[in-house]
Amino acid sequence: MDVLYFAWVRERIGRPKDNIETGAATVRDLVEELRAREARYEMAFADLDALRVAVDQELADFDAPLAGVREVAFFPPMTGG
Amino acid sequence: MQEEAFDLGAEVNDFTSRQSGMGAVVSFTGIVRDIAAGLEAMQIEHYPGMTEKALAGIAEEASARWSLGDVLVIHRHGALAPDEMIMMVATSSPHRADAFQAAEFLMDYLKSRAPFWKKEVTRDGADWVDAKDADEDALSRW
Repeated sequence: MDVLYFAWVRERIGRPKDNIETGAATVRDLVEELRAREARYEMAFADLDALRVAVDQELADFDAPLAGVREVAFFPPMTGG
Repeated sequence: MQEEAFDLGAEVNDFTSRQSGMGAVVSFTGIVRDIAAGLEAMQIEHYPGMTEKALAGIAEEASARWSLGDVLVIHRHGALAPDEMIMMVATSSPHRADAFQAAEFLMDYLKSRAPFWKKEVTRDGADWVDAKDADEDALSRW
């Protein structure tokens, strides 16, 4: 599964993307797995209220299931326009 | 989606010339504003792939709600200088109310539901622009 990071999430983690093997059932489980990796992931995912998530390029919530999913992205609230 | 500048007049003229039976064209343009004195650049990051899908979805939703002939959205990414044009939307409709409302709807959704992030670069450093509660609240009126 590709895990993508944007804006300050990307900067805190220090890379735009990870390709990971995971058995995580939901986005929240995936976040817990990532937080356990290294301090910089822990820092990026410290406050989930400050984050948004997209599952296969559609906005989703942290309880979204990951079965069959190819791409998950984490980012701060969007500021377009 | 594009990195390069766009010609607002040419885009609106071209959009308008492609309409038939439409009585109204509305366009909106967003410009880089020098809010903190000394803004050197506005960097715009986006999520290639999702951005296009999100914009198409928002345009489809607008077309379902109002009687529209067509919708155009141009949004730039990369580093922009103060006073440069960031983005534009144009809508056409038989009567002006639909074109105005659809343009406002597109802007409200594009601000907080399309994957763009702005970073302000000043002499003192660079900072991500925080999303405003007011932008999120604006969605509730639709």
